[in-house]
Amino acid sequence: MEALRIESTHKTPRVILDPENGIFEFSGRSIPEDSVGFYTPIFEWLDKYAQQPLPLTHVRFDLEYFNTSSSKNILEILKRLEAIHAAGHEVRVTWYYDEDDEDMEETGQDYQALLNLPIELSVKVQS
Amino acid sequence: MSMTYSYYKNMQLNNIIFVYQGEVTADLVSSILQMIENKLEGEGEDRKVKKRVFNVMVECLQNVYHHLDALPPTDPNNPVKDKTALLMIGREEKDYYIITGNHILNDRIPELKARLDRINRATKEELKQLYQEVLTGSGFSEKGTAGLGIIDIARKSGQKLGYDFHPVNDRYSFFSLEARVSRIPEK
Repeated sequence: MEALRIESTHKTPRVILDPENGIFEFSGRSIPEDSVGFYTPIFEWLDKYAQQPLPLTHVRFDLEYFNTSSSKNILEILKRLEAIHAAGHEVRVTWYYDEDDEDMEETGQDYQALLNLPIELSVKVQS
Repeated sequence: MSMTYSYYKNMQLNNIIFVYQGEVTADLVSSILQMIENKLEGEGEDRKVKKRVFNVMVECLQNVYHHLDALPPTDPNNPVKDKTALLMIGREEKDYYIITGNHILNDRIPELKARLDRINRATKEELKQLYQEVLTGSGFSEKGTAGLGIIDIARKSGQKLGYDFHPVNDRYSFFSLEARVSRIPEK
C-alpha cells in the first residue's frame, strides 16, 4: 500500500499517511469551503489501511485552525482510527495545541469525550 | 462625489476596518480572510485574540457563502439575482465585531430565530454539549456544512450574538448577524 502525501495550502493541511512506519500526520490549517472534497480520499485510504493495519499506528494532529465542516471530517477520521484500535491494532493519537490556545485544547477534549480512543493532549513546544 | 466623505466619516465613526457589498464567491471569501489575517498580523494584535477573530470570521463568511446558495435565483420575488451579501468587520476599543448580512426566505426565519435564541440562552457548558450533539448527529446538511457554524461562533465569541430580520418583500427578508470577539485576552 502506498503512502498518501498531500502538501499544505493556505486552506488545507499537510497530510502524511505512511503505512510502512505507521505514522500519520495532519498539520497546518483546515478551512476549505468544500471539506468533504478534501477529506474523501483520506477516508478511502484509511478504509484500505484498516484491512491490514500495523500493530501500532501513531497519529499526530498538529492543527492551527479548522472550520466546523472540517471538524466533522476530523471526527470521521478519528472514528475510523477508533475502529482499528477496537479491532486490536493499537492506535495512539497525539493532539497538539499551542500553550495559549484554549480553543484548540478544548476541541481536543471534545474528541476525547466522544471517542473510545487514546487521545493524548500535548502542548506544542514553541519553535 | 460628495457622498465619499460622508461614507468615510461614517465608517470611521463606526470603527469599520473592512466592508464589502456584492457577490460572494469562494475566491472572494479566501481573499478577504487572507487580507484581514495580514492586517491583524501587521498590527501586533494579541495572538490568542487574533486566532479567535480569524476563527469567527471564517465561520461567519463561510456561513453566508453556503446559505446564499439556498436562495432560488429564478424566483421573480428574489431581490438579488446573484449571491450578494454584506460583510463587515470593525474594531472597537474592547471588541472586534463581524457583521454579515444576506437575504433569506421568510419561511426559514422561525427555525433560524429559534436556533439563535437557543444558542444565546445557553451557558458555556450547554454550548459545549450542543456542539458535541450536532457534531456526532445528523451528518452533513444538503450544503455540505455541518450545521455547527453558529454554535462554534457563539463558543468562540463568548458573547451573545446580535441578529435582525429586516422584511424586504412577501417572500424575503434581510438577515444580519453580529458576532463579537473581545480584544482583552482572558488570563
